[in-house]
Amino acid sequence: MEALTSILFHGLAYAMILYIISVGLSVTMGLMGFVNLAHGVFAMAGGYVTVTLMNRYAVPFGLALLAAFIAVALVSVILERTLYARLYGADELEQVLFTIGLIFMAGAMVRYFWGPLPQPITLPAALSGQLDLGFRSFPMYRSFLIVVGFVLIALLWFGVERTNFGAQLRAAVDNRRMAESIGIDTRRLFSLAFALGSGLAALGGGLGADILAIYPGYATEYLVYFLMVVAIGGLGSLRGPFIAALLLGFGDTACKYLVPELGSFFVFVAMIGLLLWRPSGLFGRA
Amino acid sequence: MASVRPVRTSLTALFNWRPSSNASPVETLIRRHRLRAIELLPWIVAVAAYYFLPDYLSLGSQILIMILFALSLDLVLGYAGIVTLGHSAFFGVGAYAAGIYAARVSGEPLSGLLVGACAAAAIGWISGLIILRTQGLALLMLTLAITALLAEAANKASFITGGADGLQGVDIDPVLGIFRFDMFGRTAYVYCLAVLFLGWMFARRLVHSPFGQSLIGIRENANRMHAIGSPVRRRLVTVYTISAALAGIAGALLAQTTQFVGLTVLGFQRSGEIVIMLVFGGIGRLYGAFVGASLYMIAQDQLAKLEPEFWYFWIGLLLVVLVMFARGGVLGLIDRTLRLLRRRR
Repeated sequence: MEALTSILFHGLAYAMILYIISVGLSVTMGLMGFVNLAHGVFAMAGGYVTVTLMNRYAVPFGLALLAAFIAVALVSVILERTLYARLYGADELEQVLFTIGLIFMAGAMVRYFWGPLPQPITLPAALSGQLDLGFRSFPMYRSFLIVVGFVLIALLWFGVERTNFGAQLRAAVDNRRMAESIGIDTRRLFSLAFALGSGLAALGGGLGADILAIYPGYATEYLVYFLMVVAIGGLGSLRGPFIAALLLGFGDTACKYLVPELGSFFVFVAMIGLLLWRPSGLFGRA
Repeated sequence: MASVRPVRTSLTALFNWRPSSNASPVETLIRRHRLRAIELLPWIVAVAAYYFLPDYLSLGSQILIMILFALSLDLVLGYAGIVTLGHSAFFGVGAYAAGIYAARVSGEPLSGLLVGACAAAAIGWISGLIILRTQGLALLMLTLAITALLAEAANKASFITGGADGLQGVDIDPVLGIFRFDMFGRTAYVYCLAVLFLGWMFARRLVHSPFGQSLIGIRENANRMHAIGSPVRRRLVTVYTISAALAGIAGALLAQTTQFVGLTVLGFQRSGEIVIMLVFGGIGRLYGAFVGASLYMIAQDQLAKLEPEFWYFWIGLLLVVLVMFARGGVLGLIDRTLRLLRRRR
């Protein structure tokens, strides 16, 4: 019982981080069919901005996260307009190469400026204690992640299901040509979605800095996880990646907790099985 | 072939073959298989390097190994058009199999190569059977996931692989019982060169065979190949297995010549790097592997001396520039320049 609560709790916090980081990728891939392996770079950048602002300039956690969101969203939209846009509709291989190039560049720059070691994050005092819920206590930081995760999901859901922007986005994902022919400017829409997705990734990187260590190998080490969330969840959906993130979060935590000597082995096996069973994802359109 | 409408134009451009008007397909294949003088150039360079650059032989062996690895990738990526980010899986399995064989069973090198090739081929065949049913993002993911799976397995099974510390105690006997591995890397160089030569002959024969042609057909338009009765999936699995075996031999060579196997042989970095080397040279043309791997390794050796941290930055930048402006790699650029000059004349 004790173990089960622990796994569920830690798995949920982990799943929230995975989801916040990966959801933007689902939109990028679903909307423009762009294989963006460099999505983790935005999360890494967010992590570095957050940690640096907090450690070097003593900026409060919340403000640092906001700064990371804005800075990364701005940079990403510049990249999107100048470079990504030239490869829409290009060969899969070219998109893969281009984004691997971005990963290598980002990793090298980060290593040059911050060094190879993981960046420690000093959490504010309010987040470092325990949260006592009567029957047992939980670490405050992870509880906070779960709450923030649910708030962001609610906002995302509202934005996509209830606003005009969201309706346009859904229309464009469903049928881009049709959406264009009824006058939706998909390029502008995509730039916005790209910026938002990258910003969210940055937010996830900053929020999760204590779970996914911020270091130069970030973008490659966790790449498989981010891509799996999207590939298993299904492209262009909000719900699918959430289910996938939950599966991955619980599965990975349970494996590492119950059979530490096997690590993530079973999770990878399960994910491969799921992908073979549903190649376009659990909630993807075939 | 001529009637097949090119679907993936950028790849078609890389493969610039024009069928002559009245030759039968068989004649065309035989003519293309005939050895041209320029194809001997890499071997002349390699032999010359042995005599004139004795200080660089260990780098030379590394280059030869990477060429073989890139060549194996070319069969899959360049000829069959399977975009994979997990080719290091086979390189790594070959390296570990050969390393463990040498540490536990016997230090005989040639049987070690065979063990590496068989282990990698087995993994290639099994994974090919299950993942080549998919395509696009799912396929890309599966290649990545299988490599991650193997890396995790190698990391956790430290009682046999040495885990994060790497595999120690790899002692290799003299090749054929005669040639000892010396400290100057002379034997290693000649050994790698001989294996690469055999690998190249095999790959060259393969891509010029009807089997190789059917791969190109699948790359250009899998649906049409289905329609004319080609067993598409079986062909893909076959080439995937063959390529895995070649990559496994390359890995085994690395394990034998460096007498060490570390977890990095299975890393994403290595998968990415080998794709970069191949693309840098030019894909789907057999010699891209030679040009790309040599230039990459030499540049890495030279630049990494100056600023090791920044090496990956330049490679990343080069990659972005390559994708934006110079599709087709170095050999593609040379082709285009030659064509331009010819038109001038």
